[in-house]
Amino acid sequence: MKPSDGLTITTPSDREIVTVRALAAPRALVFDCMIRPEFLTRWMLGPDGWTMPVCEFEPRVGGRFRYVWRNADGGEMGMGGVIREFEPPKRIVNTQLFDGDETGGESIVTLTLTEAGGVTLLTTSVLYPSRETRDAMLQSGMADGMEAGYRRMDALLAEMGR
Amino acid sequence: MELLGYGNPARLDATFAALADPTRRAILARLAQGEASVTELARPFAMSQPAISKHLKVLERAGLVSRGKDQQRRPVRVQAQPLAEANAWIEDYRRILEANYRRLDSLLAELQAKP
Repeated sequence: MKPSDGLTITTPSDREIVTVRALAAPRALVFDCMIRPEFLTRWMLGPDGWTMPVCEFEPRVGGRFRYVWRNADGGEMGMGGVIREFEPPKRIVNTQLFDGDETGGESIVTLTLTEAGGVTLLTTSVLYPSRETRDAMLQSGMADGMEAGYRRMDALLAEMGR
Repeated sequence: MELLGYGNPARLDATFAALADPTRRAILARLAQGEASVTELARPFAMSQPAISKHLKVLERAGLVSRGKDQQRRPVRVQAQPLAEANAWIEDYRRILEANYRRLDSLLAELQAKP
């Protein structure tokens, strides 16, 4: 597998989403990009137009992390959790809870990094508290994707109208 | 939220639930090659025909397969529409995450280019 193969997504059980992505860099460097705020804020941004004004990560077992994203309209989305396992440069397990999610409950995220021939495979497994939460997550990904599409269309239409 | 153009959310739940089982995914993979009887489907699996029939009922309820009218053989066929809807969800989710990883590709290239 190589970076240009893109992302593979599987749903191995009814509560999980597993993604695998190849990255052209040694594992230690990829690991740094997963835990250092100065790097996280450069890539973990989601759809076009979002920034990450809050990014805190305590790199140790029992440490906390907190992320907040903001879009061009000032809308915000936040999440946080606790690091349960921390084994540089190969594994991180943490809890994850979105702000305002009183009913959905915590997810468990397992990051696994393996390296072969200068390419690092990053596997992210998210175990959701229920099938409904997992499906809602896929659904929100769809909504955000459509939103990004509409924004690009708005820009195009504005340009054509000039 | 109304999912216009993406079908019925209850059916999507049923689709994802049906797809969560490895035997059912293998049955769908076999049916992608063409229709088959229950006997033909059971052959590659270490499973009884009744066990396979149970899996087929789950797939049928999710609208993923249909059974033919032929009384003797009742061939099983794959139905494309629910799979296409589930795929549309996964595709959009993939696009968002892939945008993140493209940025990560650039960042990693930049970090490795530094002396």
